[in-house]
Amino acid sequence: MIDLREYFHSVVLDDAKCNGCTNCMRRCPTEAIRVRERKAVIIKDRCIDCGECIRVCPYHAKDVIVDDLNILKNYKYNIAISPMSLYGQFSIDTDMNKVFSGIKALGFDSVFDEGIAADVLTIAIRDILKSNKLQKPVISSLCPAVLRIIQVRFPSLIDNIIAVESPMEVAARIIKTKTMKDYGLDYDDIGVFYLAQCPAKVTSIKRPIGIKKSYIDGAFSIKSIYGDIVKNAKKTKDNENYIKPSPKGIGWGRVGGQSYAIGIENYLAVDGIENVIKVLEEIELGKLNNVDYFEGLACIGGCVGGPLNVENPFIAKARIRNIARNSSEENYVSQSCIEDILSKDLITWTEKIIPKGVMTLDSDITMAIKKIEILNQIQKELPGIDCSSCGAPSCSALAEDIVRGMASIDDCIFVLKEKIKMKDNYGGSI
Amino acid sequence: MDGSNNKITLEYNIMQNDFKCAGEASSNVKKILNQLGIDSKIVRRAAIATYEAEMNIVIHSLGGKIIVTITSDVIEIKAHDRGPGIKDIELAMQEGYSTASNLVRELGFGAGMGLPNMKKCSDIFNIISRENEETLVSMKIYIK
Repeated sequence: MIDLREYFHSVVLDDAKCNGCTNCMRRCPTEAIRVRERKAVIIKDRCIDCGECIRVCPYHAKDVIVDDLNILKNYKYNIAISPMSLYGQFSIDTDMNKVFSGIKALGFDSVFDEGIAADVLTIAIRDILKSNKLQKPVISSLCPAVLRIIQVRFPSLIDNIIAVESPMEVAARIIKTKTMKDYGLDYDDIGVFYLAQCPAKVTSIKRPIGIKKSYIDGAFSIKSIYGDIVKNAKKTKDNENYIKPSPKGIGWGRVGGQSYAIGIENYLAVDGIENVIKVLEEIELGKLNNVDYFEGLACIGGCVGGPLNVENPFIAKARIRNIARNSSEENYVSQSCIEDILSKDLITWTEKIIPKGVMTLDSDITMAIKKIEILNQIQKELPGIDCSSCGAPSCSALAEDIVRGMASIDDCIFVLKEKIKMKDNYGGSI
Repeated sequence: MDGSNNKITLEYNIMQNDFKCAGEASSNVKKILNQLGIDSKIVRRAAIATYEAEMNIVIHSLGGKIIVTITSDVIEIKAHDRGPGIKDIELAMQEGYSTASNLVRELGFGAGMGLPNMKKCSDIFNIISRENEETLVSMKIYIK
C-alpha cells in the first residue's frame, strides 16, 4: 500500500487565486515550482515546505493546510503547545499568563510552553557535543526546512546532523506522557496541537524526519487564531500561572538563541534559506571543519520570522531578546525533572534520514550521461536570460525539464520567435 | 562541454587572482555529478578536489585550465597551469606548508591544505611540475 504521508505537504496552492505570475517560482530554493497554463504547480518531490512561496505570493494563493478547531471534539483532553516565537508576537509588557489563558479559552484543557522542551534539549545537546565523536560542524536539527534541504541538495552532510528531535516534538512527548499519567487517560484520548509559525513544522507533524510517528495530532496557524487569542486574553478571569521556560529557553525562538543557550563558543548561526544554502555549500567543500556547531534556520530572524507569524520578524526578534533578558527566575523546570525526561529517551531519533536524489536525470548512469549531452545542446539554443516566461525558473531549469520530457523547446518564447521569423522569411515550415 | 562516446568532458579556464569566479568550476561539476545520480559522498570528494585545484590555480599560478572527464566508472580531474611551478613537491604536499602571500592568507586561503586535501579526496593522485613553467595535477575518483 502506498503510504500517503510520504507525499504530504502542508504548503498548498489555491488555483482560483493564482495569477500565474513567476514570483514564487523564482524564489523557490529547490526549483520545485513551475507555471503551467498560467497556474503555479508544485513538484512534490522537491518541495521542502519552507514557505518562501507563501511569503512572496502577491495574490495570497499559497497557503498552509492546518486543522480546524472542531478537531478538538475528537479528544477527551486537548493540549496546545505554544512556540517560543509566540513571545515575540506580543508587546513586551504583555502578561504571557493572560495570553496562555487566551489560548486555553479557544477550547483547550491546558497550554504547554515549547520553551520548556528547549531547556531540556539545551542540556541534552550540550552533553552530546561533549562526546566529541561527531563530524564537525555538527548541524542543528531545529529547522525542518533545513533538514529537508540537506536531504535534497546536500545529502553528504546528513551524518553531520545531530540526531535529536525538535523542541516541538519533545514538548509534545513530555506533556502527553505526563497527562496520561496524571489523568489516567489513554494515548488516543489526548489531542496535542501545535500553534505553528511555519509550514515546515506542520509538515513535520504528518511526515516527521528521524522518527516514525509524531506525538502531535495537529496544528493551527498562529495567524488564524491570533485575533481570538488577543480577544480572549483581554477578558479572561483566569489567574493561572503557567510553568515557564528559562530566558535562554525562550531565546531559541530567534536565530543564534539555541547556540547561545547551549553555550557553544565556536558556532555559526545563519538565517534565511538562501544564506543557509550558501553556508551549506561551504561546509560541503570542507571549509568549515573547524566550526563546532551550525545553527541554520530557513526564516529570517529564526522561528520569529516564520510566515505564519503576525509580527514583523525584526520586531519579534528584538522582543524575544528583551523578554528573555528580563524574564523572572521563577517556575523553571527543575534539574531533576530534566534528568528524568532525558533518561526516558524521549529526544533521540530512531530513524535514519534517507538522501533524496531528486536532481538525478536517469537512474542508469550511461543514460544520464547521454541526457547531460542533450541538456548541454539545448542550453546552447536557449537565450540564457532566465526570464521565466516559459514557466521554468531559469533557462537551465527549462533545459532540464525538456530532457525529462516535462517541457518543449518551443516553450521558450525567444526560440519560438526565431522560428516564426524564419518561417515568415523563407516560407518554410516550423 | 563534449559528451560523445558516453563520456562527459568539462573544461574551465581559470584566471590568476580571480577570486570572483573561483568556485564556479567545482559548483558546476557538483551539479552535473548530482544530475548523474552519483553517490553524494563521491560527489563531495570530486567537488572538494576540483575546488582546491581551482583555488591553487587562482592563488599560486599565472592561470590555467581544469579539465574534468566523467564516464560511468571514473571521474578524472586534470588541473594544468602555466607556472611558476613547484620547487619542492614533497614539501608542498605537507599539511600546513604554504607559499601563499599574506594578502591571500588574510582572505582566509593559503592554509597549506590544498594539495594534501586533493590527495585525500582522490583514489589516484599525480603531480608533475617544472619550475618556472607549469604544474599538472591529475586525480582519479572511482565511481563504483
